[in-house]
Amino acid sequence: MPALPTSLWSSVARKALMALTGLALIGFLIVHLLGNLILLSGNADAFNLYSNIYASMGSFLYVIEAGLVAFFLIHIVSGITVALGKMKARPVSYKKVANAGGPSRKTVSSVTMIYTGVLLLVFLVFHVVSLKYGAHYDTTIGGEKMRDLYKLVVENFQQPYIVAGYVIIMTLLGFHLRHGFWSAFQSLGALQPRFSNMIYIIGVFIAIILAIGFLFVPIWIFLNS
Amino acid sequence: MADMTLTLKIWRQKDRKSPGKFVSYTVENVSEHMSFLEMMDVLNEQLIKKGEDVVEFDNDCREGICGMCSLVINGRPHGQEHGTATCQLHMRKFNDGDIIVIEPWRAAAFPVLKDLTVDRTAFDRIIEAGGYTSINAGGAADSSAILVPKSDAEEAMDAASCIGCGACVAACPNASASLFTAAKISQFALLPQGQTERKRRAANMVAQMDAEGFGDCSNHAECEAVCPKEISITHIARMKREYFKAMVFDE
Ligand code: HEM
Ligand code: SF4
Ligand code: FES
Repeated sequence: MPALPTSLWSSVARKALMALTGLALIGFLIVHLLGNLILLSGNADAFNLYSNIYASMGSFLYVIEAGLVAFFLIHIVSGITVALGKMKARPVSYKKVANAGGPSRKTVSSVTMIYTGVLLLVFLVFHVVSLKYGAHYDTTIGGEKMRDLYKLVVENFQQPYIVAGYVIIMTLLGFHLRHGFWSAFQSLGALQPRFSNMIYIIGVFIAIILAIGFLFVPIWIFLNS
Repeated sequence: MADMTLTLKIWRQKDRKSPGKFVSYTVENVSEHMSFLEMMDVLNEQLIKKGEDVVEFDNDCREGICGMCSLVINGRPHGQEHGTATCQLHMRKFNDGDIIVIEPWRAAAFPVLKDLTVDRTAFDRIIEAGGYTSINAGGAADSSAILVPKSDAEEAMDAASCIGCGACVAACPNASASLFTAAKISQFALLPQGQTERKRRAANMVAQMDAEGFGDCSNHAECEAVCPKEISITHIARMKREYFKAMVFDE
């Protein structure tokens, strides 16, 4: 019996990869946001102790980081493939385009996924370079010497343009997730009409909570320091 | 209501290779009782009288069952009505003095043949790849010999109501043929007769869909909104499940 002509890079499997990595990234963002909330306490030691948990993981941290980078890469490469494929599949565009309404889920969010995605990528590079690989300050807590990440974060968020940038990008993240969360379930073949609307609404909530959560922290620090 | 006068902006293209362009026409004496295609007939009669080339458009049954009619009308495949084909769209949905933009389905896999007609044989090749069941016909089986749950029968019937018009591709921002292909996979996946070739069907039909140069599905669900048979994207979800099974298990 010859093997079935399935492929991990077929239109169906590619979107499943994108959905799995997208959902995993949402999981990462939720953990990341919970960590950020410690910043709101204004307690530098608490935040530094928290971030030191990661720093002291040693080589295990590299494993986590490599996984994260791999997930981003799979997500990005498949996303760009979808966007390029779309141009190839419709070389001549319509003179007039209207939304059909009714059961359609076509929104500003759904048609701008590649733009919000690419801007998130640009932000991500800036974010990692300016914080993870940013200035290294030291602090000593309970006799242990560790990185004073809190100082660097506060320094960053005292700059109005950085805060403004975060606010804009996190709003775009909200748009990406508004379509993305629901879309991921459909890509995985997991949606049924009876709970499709519910998943969409949960997605909108997750989008709003993550966007507001991430943009609130820089604003809070800016106003309180 | 008095007869209407309309301005039509229609895509004219001589053949596959020639570049096309929009041409404006005025049609008078359009009755609100006419269907959209009858209005196009009125235009073509005018053109014939003037000795001009008629506007080519596909049609056959004119009652929403054959899947031949197409046309993107003011940016919507099959027009603004939900659950109807272009041939079932009536002129009473328009107003005197309206400007109507009429375009062919736009997709690399559906090349324009002439004016508003496109080549939809890509769909035929997707069907050839697996949209059938191989049954050695003998005497007709007893209709109650194989029991099918009513909900399955209904859902299979919903999928089977696809008329292969291609509006889903036309409406999709990515020109994806997922709704069509999914409907054809789904109608068999739900019924006992479709089980034998189930995995092979999903794998082959998706492979052919990709090979024809249709885009990926981004879950915009515009297809469901324009489909004259209102086929749900739940069938796309089922197509994905069928494909995953084909990826993991042997036949
Ligand atoms: C913070 C990180 C990100 C998260 C949590 C995220 C999440 C998601 C999710 C859940 C989906 C839905 C998947 C599906 O439709 O099956 C999605 C789609 C998409 N993502 Fe992301 N994403 C992120 C970053 C990015 C980046 C950096 C890009 C860069 C190119 C990107 C590009 C896309 C594109 C183009 C789509 C739409 C795919 C389509 O239209 O079919 N995303 N994203
Ligand atoms: S799924 Fe609907 S829109 Fe697509 S070809 Fe079938 S009938 Fe036409
Ligand atoms: S002409 Fe047959 S469906 Fe419209």
